Amino acid sequence: MADSSLLYRRRIWVNRWNLAMSLLTMAFGMSFLIWILITLFARGFEALSPALFTQMTPPPGSDGGLANAIFGSFFMVAVATLISTPIGILAGIYLAEFGKNGTVASLTRFINDILLSAPSIVIGLFIYTVVVARVHHFSGWAGSMALALLAIPVVVRTTENMLRLVPNSLREAAIALGAPMWKVILMVTLKAVRAGVITGVLLAVARVSGETAPLLFTALNNQFWNSDMNAPMANLPVVIFQFAASPFVEWQHLAWAGALLITLAVLALNISARVLFRQSVPK
Amino acid sequence: MSATASSVSVLTSAKSAPVARREPTPPHKREASVGWQDALFEKTTLFFALFVLALLIAIIGSLVYGAIPALSTFGPKFFVTDVWNPVTKQFGALAPIYGTLVTSAIALLIGIPVSFGIALFLTEMCPPILKRPLGTAVELLAAVPSIIYGMWGLFVFAPIFGDTVQPALQNTLGRVWLIGDLFQGAPNGIGMLAAGFILSIMVIPFIASVMRDVFEIVPPVLKESAYGIGCTTWEVVWNVVLPYTKVGVIGGIMLGLGRALGETMAVTFVIGNAYRISTSLFAPGNSIASALANEFNEASDPVHLSSLITLGLILFMLTFIVLACSRLLLAQLAKGEGQAT
Repeated sequence: MADSSLLYRRRIWVNRWNLAMSLLTMAFGMSFLIWILITLFARGFEALSPALFTQMTPPPGSDGGLANAIFGSFFMVAVATLISTPIGILAGIYLAEFGKNGTVASLTRFINDILLSAPSIVIGLFIYTVVVARVHHFSGWAGSMALALLAIPVVVRTTENMLRLVPNSLREAAIALGAPMWKVILMVTLKAVRAGVITGVLLAVARVSGETAPLLFTALNNQFWNSDMNAPMANLPVVIFQFAASPFVEWQHLAWAGALLITLAVLALNISARVLFRQSVPK
Repeated sequence: MSATASSVSVLTSAKSAPVARREPTPPHKREASVGWQDALFEKTTLFFALFVLALLIAIIGSLVYGAIPALSTFGPKFFVTDVWNPVTKQFGALAPIYGTLVTSAIALLIGIPVSFGIALFLTEMCPPILKRPLGTAVELLAAVPSIIYGMWGLFVFAPIFGDTVQPALQNTLGRVWLIGDLFQGAPNGIGMLAAGFILSIMVIPFIASVMRDVFEIVPPVLKESAYGIGCTTWEVVWNVVLPYTKVGVIGGIMLGLGRALGETMAVTFVIGNAYRISTSLFAPGNSIASALANEFNEASDPVHLSSLITLGLILFMLTFIVLACSRLLLAQLAKGEGQAT
């Protein structure tokens, strides 16, 4: 009797202990998110000023802004999105509507999932060897291409997942009306999951806009305003990398301001993508 | 008269009608043109699907091509030499490989239990109203750009880590026989332990969200029957949920490992950038990714450049294998969904 009540109590306490630990791990994870955000606000906020958006990145030891870097990041991410969205959506359509469980589609799906998590620095290395090393200079184009290659797997994955949510009755109804397959796909099924596909594109944009590693060997950096895609292009992540590691106080301030900007942009994109997705999943 | 004529014409037209119907030309024509459009559309989408495949082949091909000069100079010795000297042009990949594996191992050692705890909390303990916001918050940890982790790690985390955690480790685990050597050296906050710790925070969202997703596919009947015979929450999770989902859990861990191996910017900031293999985790080191980020743009010598590309190839193959295992395991779980394990 005493034995069984001891066992019973032991089980209760093991349970309580482990659940308490579980709560602690949750708190542990959250504390780092909060800690990072507080750091960014504390250090980035004081460096925020209108000059950030109007002046160029300064030489060491003087004040300046991040205008060229913000523009460069924006421009390269926009170009990368324009390249990756159609490729990703079309490949996703093939996987969901044509290939289904065939060999080509299964293999593509598998490879796509691996590329989804492949180290971004290797993508940068790849673009360096096939583009930068061939033309012998760093360029905005190379940067955009590296970012596009990182965005494609995200778009492929979400497009396929979304298309698979479309009930077959919808396709059948459209086919029964005599619509050709391509019209069924582009104007019925894809349209039905439009919001989900846009979510995928937003998530891809969020992912690539914070990427530093693939830009190091491709777009490099530029101290001046540049809208020529054939020349090295300034961009926020690489500027942050160079400025943060420098001994100059002004540069470090700018790096924190840039870090705050980029994190807020990425988190805002992420959250809005999620909200949009939640409102749009076909039930 | 006209009536007969019209009736005759009706008759003849009625007679000839079946003949006309035997050749339904308009639908035929339409079908042919549509078939052509559909074929073109299908081939276009196929082309872009193959593009993804070609991408992988091109990545491996270009890296192998870039690695040839280094491999032909150093041979297989490249993988087991721990010298990295751009001046004497002697290069070996052992130190960065060691750094990559050690930091990733630390990341998993911390990341797995924490992720399990978070997944357990989110699936079994969390009040339903908080489930979504907290789940999203964990995933946002993955959305923070890795360079931010690096800056925060270098300027905020490392000083605190070096002042408090490292001396504490030195005074406790550092005195333990056999593993004590791991915690020797100057506790200055920067080094492989700090890099591994920051990596663990970065992989937690990946592992935790896979774990949460696979925990949620456990049929409620299984859990309810365990609760029904009087199991505690912990017993249900440990003896029912975890065995049922073990393949998926391992898949999630592999996914996290794949991320940890290739993580660049955060590691570059805090690992210390030294080509050295030391037993102490407090010592600075180098991972493959951080070596690439630090040196690639400064390398002008072809053998140096090629050695760095070889490092990239090693990294890619390593993550490829790990991620492939992860995908295969997760696919296996999806196939076995609903079956008893």
